[in-house]
Amino acid sequence: MKLVVIGCGRVGASLAREFQADGWEVTAVDEQQEALDRLGAGWPGGFVLGHGMDSEILRRAGVPDADAVVVSTNGDNTNLVIGQVVKLRYDVDCVVVRILDPARAKFYEERGMQVVCPTQTAIAMLAQTVRKTTAALQS
Amino acid sequence: MYALVAGGGKVGANVGRSLLRMGHEVTLIEQRPYRYEQLQEEFEHQVLLGDATELYVLERADIARPPDLVAAVTGDDEDNLIIGQVARERYRVPKVVARVNDPRNQEHFDLLGISQTVCAVSNILGLLEHEVPEPGVVRLLELRQENLEIVELRLDRDSPAAGKRIGGLRLPEGSRLISVMRNGRSELAYDSTVLRPGDQVLAVLEPGKEDELHRALTRR
Repeated sequence: MKLVVIGCGRVGASLAREFQADGWEVTAVDEQQEALDRLGAGWPGGFVLGHGMDSEILRRAGVPDADAVVVSTNGDNTNLVIGQVVKLRYDVDCVVVRILDPARAKFYEERGMQVVCPTQTAIAMLAQTVRKTTAALQS
Repeated sequence: MYALVAGGGKVGANVGRSLLRMGHEVTLIEQRPYRYEQLQEEFEHQVLLGDATELYVLERADIARPPDLVAAVTGDDEDNLIIGQVARERYRVPKVVARVNDPRNQEHFDLLGISQTVCAVSNILGLLEHEVPEPGVVRLLELRQENLEIVELRLDRDSPAAGKRIGGLRLPEGSRLISVMRNGRSELAYDSTVLRPGDQVLAVLEPGKEDELHRALTRR
């Protein structure tokens, strides 16, 4: 299986390593050369230096025949645009996009995009932890 | 009319100012605090501090009304794309115009359905080509909604169309000649107009027919 990870920060790099360890063919894309260091010494997968808005970079990273693409740059709007381009132009079935802003995440999820919103997850977990802890203290 | 202008740089401020002079109601959104303060002196309560890609900021600018026009003219193409999509699809804004900063991103605007775009770089390059006429087709204007474009061609000495009446030419379907410029003077193109080498011809056509038209007018 082929995975392309666009945006190789902490999240993208860890994800890339996890799938590479699982035996996937992984290519990471980032506009900074330093991102390659995050993948660890002797990274066996692919790495393409460039911006995910650049169609040539997407082609070089193998997006046209990827089984899955994860878009996790540090810009919500960049991720939303790249995610849609990958889906519409290259017809990749599994495109998952990281969005930090819950409002935009909800809107694009309603339009059929596969969105992961870490902020929303953190809010839900914090609330749950506070409720559980206070309930335990009261009993 | 109520217009929302996202991005208060030189482009946004000038668009906002012009719309106000025309008597329209305007809200300008700018996210850089120092720029916002400058704009406030001129635009007062009509400028808002915030990121125009955040829905709550757009709602503070009354996007739910909705405005008659949203102009997404920030210096960031991704932001302009998202503002355009959100305005049109979530708030049903009838007219959305977006600025394309990097012409290489034009294809993304087209793909994501933001059809009314303005790109300064492409416009300038188009004008430069117009100033230096070369054999070939120069795109002068794209009418995206109409799915038409206006192009210019120059007939060289070997042109098969030279010496012929326009009415007698076999032009590609979906194309029509508009005018002929000769010796610095332009005249409307009629069936009876006879073309000459060196003529600069304007034509309207469907995008993609440029080569066909070029062949019909310049190759034997």
